[in-house]
Amino acid sequence: MNERKIVIPGETIVKGKEFLPGEGTEKRGDEIVALRYGLAEEYNNLAKVIPLSGVYQPRRGNIIIGKVEELTFNGWVIDIGTAERAFLPLTEVPRYVDKNGLHEVIDVGEMAVAKIWGINARGIDLSIKSRGLGKIDEGLLFKINPNKVPRVIGKEGSMIKLIKDETGCNITVGQNGWIWIKGEKIENELYAKRAIIFVTEKSFMSGLTEELKKWFTENKK
Amino acid sequence: MANKEFVRDDGRKFDELRPMTAKVGVVPNADGSAMFSFGKTIAIAAVYGPKELHPRNQRDPAKGTLRCNYNMLSFSVEDRIRPGPSRRSTEISKITEWALGPVVMIDEYPNMVIDVHIQIIQASASTRCAGINAAAMALAHAGIPMKSIVSSVSVGKLDKQLILDVNKYEDSVFDEGEGATDIPITFTSDEKITHFQLDGKISNEQLKEVIEMARKARKEIYEVQKKALKEALN
Amino acid sequence: METPELTGNRMKKYLEGGKRFDGRGVEEYREMIIETGVSANAEGSARVKLGKTEVLVGIKMGVGEPYPDSQDKGNLMVTAELLPLSSSRYENGPPKFPAIELGRVTDRIIRESKFIELNKLVIKEGEKVWTVFVDIYSINDDGNLLDAAGIGAIAALKTAKIPKYDEKEGKVLFGEWTTKNIPLSKETPISITLHKIGNRFVVDPTLEEEDIAETRLTIGRTKDNISSMQKGNPQPISIEDLHKAIDLSEKMYTEVFKRIEKVVK
Repeated sequence: MNERKIVIPGETIVKGKEFLPGEGTEKRGDEIVALRYGLAEEYNNLAKVIPLSGVYQPRRGNIIIGKVEELTFNGWVIDIGTAERAFLPLTEVPRYVDKNGLHEVIDVGEMAVAKIWGINARGIDLSIKSRGLGKIDEGLLFKINPNKVPRVIGKEGSMIKLIKDETGCNITVGQNGWIWIKGEKIENELYAKRAIIFVTEKSFMSGLTEELKKWFTENKK
Repeated sequence: MANKEFVRDDGRKFDELRPMTAKVGVVPNADGSAMFSFGKTIAIAAVYGPKELHPRNQRDPAKGTLRCNYNMLSFSVEDRIRPGPSRRSTEISKITEWALGPVVMIDEYPNMVIDVHIQIIQASASTRCAGINAAAMALAHAGIPMKSIVSSVSVGKLDKQLILDVNKYEDSVFDEGEGATDIPITFTSDEKITHFQLDGKISNEQLKEVIEMARKARKEIYEVQKKALKEALN
Repeated sequence: METPELTGNRMKKYLEGGKRFDGRGVEEYREMIIETGVSANAEGSARVKLGKTEVLVGIKMGVGEPYPDSQDKGNLMVTAELLPLSSSRYENGPPKFPAIELGRVTDRIIRESKFIELNKLVIKEGEKVWTVFVDIYSINDDGNLLDAAGIGAIAALKTAKIPKYDEKEGKVLFGEWTTKNIPLSKETPISITLHKIGNRFVVDPTLEEEDIAETRLTIGRTKDNISSMQKGNPQPISIEDLHKAIDLSEKMYTEVFKRIEKVVK
């Protein structure tokens, strides 16, 4: 990585014929121009903008957390915070479900962890067939800015592992910004929540893992 | 000016903007938000979306919808405004959509809507310009892809004298000689014009001077907007 | 999205031990910031922040006819708007019930306590009186708009100046003010809203807490007397709880009153 600087839409990131436009940028003449507000990054002649704000952009393979809005004859309509409709079909549930028994699996108002397996013109298709997916039956749920999710997870999951180890909680981070924490005591869950909020607030800081370690020694439960 | 010496009521030079302030993140609930002020004119803007557009029959499968909503607080002016939309606010809302439309890359959001809510907290003329400036910052802050931001300013003509950034006295009290003319203009960062209005009377030659005066001011406004956006992340 | 039920259950359980999710005690307000004179064209104005919640309140005055049933009194008109700018939960269009209720509850806190001495706002009895407009706007809703609006209205009224009036022309000279304040009673009414969550009352709820509360009680009171109340939400409340709420509101009054006085003095 060369350098990181904050750019606004329309601002030139770098000049020179050798550069290529990456995500959140476009080429204008021999300039690479930002199309979004965020951190400009340039690596191997590729310039891009890492957005720091904005609504969740669904991607295939993402693990997300959502709330059941509606039961239909063949599945569940789930609110995952996207403008497109997200749907969990009966066929993407790991066991046989009777058409009249949808509410026994997940009822309206209940939350679930799911995986995006398809995005098409109709909307987003979800699945709960893999391990660790399905209805959430206990714990603490809250939402963070989805753009901060990569920081909360950390490189190869290092940040979230640190939080899990320090608090003794199970934590599932949805790419859409919803976070599910389950611990032995509510105190532990709130401790984990505070640590996650700390990471989101300091997300621009370098050496954040070290900062969080310090936070844990300074802030006990 | 014809013959006599002309002095602005607030002591500014003819081509001087009022002091500007700008800040992003003023409405924590919103996906993006900003405040922008020219002197005593204060506007705030909040962006929600892109999100599902209701009612369904208004959806556009080819591109998204940008929906602006400009309003003034009842007590932002001396003579209380009745709450709710008026013909004036309806028109300014549309003008604001047009001012922002060319830079917002709305094609990326078919069937969806981006809502931009603008409120004038305190008014001393040029409220639509302050509103557009705040809205452009709020859209960027919300992470919406844009070709650039926009910057808006008003130029006035009092009798024969051109003045930059019209204030309340110049907008609604001045009435000498040829009277007052108000010309709000909005530019993209590469100086294309996305909004142009004029009320009053002016010659071809002088109108061309107006455009040049506004073009120079655009840079100053842009710098204030840019600085506020950059500072928000430090 | 409203607060998930599971989170609500956790919050209720935690509250049984007297603790709130953000670390506050049940009788503890969030950081309260009151600023006055925030809009130069208003007769009086205030910005109130309770944590992330923010409201703006402005006072305007006008001259008009008295109401037929109060020929010897000025008029008071309180309106509230829940701006779509302030939350994804609000939409453009005619005011819905929560906005109407916010205006009406704040109106009664001012009116029923006789805080404004409306009989002193008569220009010519039966013909011309002052109207005091109190306009409330939500800027960011993170819970407890009721108290933020109530506090804002009081702070704005306390700092408002009466505009100049040209008797000959019968016109208000907007933008020019006298040095006179709006005549107010010595006793300051304050809005104290209590939410019952599980078996506890909490003050100054966040939006998350409002979502899961069973009952809401707004008490408009001065130090010694209660002059307006509103019970919200459809769940019933026990007599014991009502007693508790009344006593708690007295305790909270002293605290909030101090904060307002610090700013308006």
